Amino acid sequence: MSNQGPKTLFDKIWSEHLVGQREDGTNLLYIDRHLVHEVTSPQAFEGLKLSNRPVHRPEATIAVADHNVPTINRQNIEDPQSKIQVDTLAKNTKEHGIQYFDLMDQRQGIVHIIGPEQGITQPGMTIVCGDSHTSTHGAFGALAFGIGTSEVEHVLATQTIVQNPAKNMRISVNGELPFGVNSKDLILYIIGKIGTAGGTGHVIEYAGSSIMGLSMEGRMTICNMSIEAGARAGLISPDQTTFNYIKGRPYAPGTEHWDQAVEYWSSLPSDNDANYDHEIVIDSSEIDPMVTWGTSPEDVVSVKGTVPNPSSAKTENKKKSIERSLEYMGLKPGTKITDIKLDKIFIGSCTNGRIEDLRKVASIVKDKKIASHVQAMIVPGSGLVKKQAEEEGIDIILKDAGFEWREAGCSMCLGMNPDQLKPGERCASTSNRNFEGRQGRGGRTHLMSPELAAASAITGNISDIRDFT
Amino acid sequence: MDKFHSLKGIAAPLPIVNIDTDMIIPKQFLKTIKRTGLGVSLFYEMRYDNDGNLIKDFVLNTSPFDQSKILVAGDNFGCGSSREHAPWSLKDFGIRSVISTSFADIFYNNCFQNGILPIVVSPENLDRLMTAAKNQIEFTIDLPEQIIKAGNHSINFEIEEFRKERLLQGLDDIGITLGYQDKINAYEEDKKNTKPWLFKKN
Repeated sequence: MSNQGPKTLFDKIWSEHLVGQREDGTNLLYIDRHLVHEVTSPQAFEGLKLSNRPVHRPEATIAVADHNVPTINRQNIEDPQSKIQVDTLAKNTKEHGIQYFDLMDQRQGIVHIIGPEQGITQPGMTIVCGDSHTSTHGAFGALAFGIGTSEVEHVLATQTIVQNPAKNMRISVNGELPFGVNSKDLILYIIGKIGTAGGTGHVIEYAGSSIMGLSMEGRMTICNMSIEAGARAGLISPDQTTFNYIKGRPYAPGTEHWDQAVEYWSSLPSDNDANYDHEIVIDSSEIDPMVTWGTSPEDVVSVKGTVPNPSSAKTENKKKSIERSLEYMGLKPGTKITDIKLDKIFIGSCTNGRIEDLRKVASIVKDKKIASHVQAMIVPGSGLVKKQAEEEGIDIILKDAGFEWREAGCSMCLGMNPDQLKPGERCASTSNRNFEGRQGRGGRTHLMSPELAAASAITGNISDIRDFT
Repeated sequence: MDKFHSLKGIAAPLPIVNIDTDMIIPKQFLKTIKRTGLGVSLFYEMRYDNDGNLIKDFVLNTSPFDQSKILVAGDNFGCGSSREHAPWSLKDFGIRSVISTSFADIFYNNCFQNGILPIVVSPENLDRLMTAAKNQIEFTIDLPEQIIKAGNHSINFEIEEFRKERLLQGLDDIGITLGYQDKINAYEEDKKNTKPWLFKKN
């Protein structure tokens, strides 16, 4: 990458954070903010202790417990191992002077929800976390990616990470979104198109009028699932929508630096003639509401479509993979997606657990009841999302419809806490992964938007929001 | 970190594409605060039935593959979450090298932090090695020479020089970076002046 010539958003953030090159030829990249949670950090803190190393810049790290935490009766974590992990995080953060939002703090929530909510996430920053969905923060034009625990330890000790530059990919989606189609459908469609390894080695910049027309919540949903396309990170240029969202939040730049920050942020969008290693252009009119039928996020189809037939696969590998997925999912080729009957509905996660998502669900289920055979659960992304929803009366609408209203956390997105599917249970989920066993051993996950999940809760089958009145 | 120089042993064939980190080590085992002891839970849902009994025909439960040091797997191995528990569990089982046509970025990186060598080969070579693995042919992986040998196959592979050196010498990455402490401090001093909002105290 040269210093001259037109640059992409990624190139700009990269060169701004380059501390230097190590003798082995690798680059040291400075990390502005480090988010830490209870599951991928204990071994990192233990490593520091064993080698007697301090945390380089404790105030650049923010910690919260989210993966393991119960969403009911949270004063008492029943699982002894989960309790040890949460207690260990509290102890480690206290010992090193790191800000920690404990379980009783209203600011507690899913790490990728609270970063933006608190104004911690800002354009042009580098942000890492021991969690692959760190890509969420790219919605603000921050270079944000997931790291392993060894790297968590490296960042704690040095505030840098060893990296080599990624390749640039741009996916432009143009046009007004059709009725019933939203950010979740867009990203599922993109993953279906490029595949779960389509973005490997790349940072994907999302551009075009459909993307720039989205709210910050919608942009976060897009960037969140970049990892499901194999990308290192997702990015969206910061604009007035971004600045308006950040202004006034607790960790946002104060009035003394606001203008200076906005001036810098405004210089970040990719230059017009910047080069990309890979470009994809999509016309949004070709996108329908999308649903996954299989066990990989690329196994995606229009809600109007049918379960695919393995014999139509282009390669032997793909054929075997479809057969394996269909067996696990208990589905027959040719079945209409809207004929698939559900047992559970899960609305929440770092993909779709924000206030905008909850408002959409409430508007759809208002004055209706969920189908008698389904159990539906809604888990706000943070304590503050929950509070906001309660102030708006959303909780009452949802409870009246038959939804369970829970405390904030990752919950059934990965089922580390007691919220899990039983073997064979089928779930409409607004989360991000439909892997085998992800939501519980033998559990069957269909990923979709909050709108589709809400409509499906009412009918008890996977449903097209466009048919739903 | 453990060094990696060369490796000789049986390779387990796992001809499944998109093996994700949830498959490698399911969530219930992420509650540990240690790096060790995860080998017994590797590929848990494929290896054990609902009652916790070994599923006899799963490859890693059959002899000689229960002693495998190498895994030969389908495309896009290690996709999904960033959990380093995935390489920890592979290593604890005894796997020191994984061969595939492609790896997810974070998993690939995590392997090198733990002395595991992930090797990318072409689809044709993967087919050859998969067959050799199924036939229980002994593999030899030579990192300095960047060669996999299995029966009459001899396959060269690419690896970035710095990664190779780190594995060969078992280097402590944090120790190396701390040698650049002055540069990091200077970087921070500069940014405090030019981008003061990044250093705002809360």
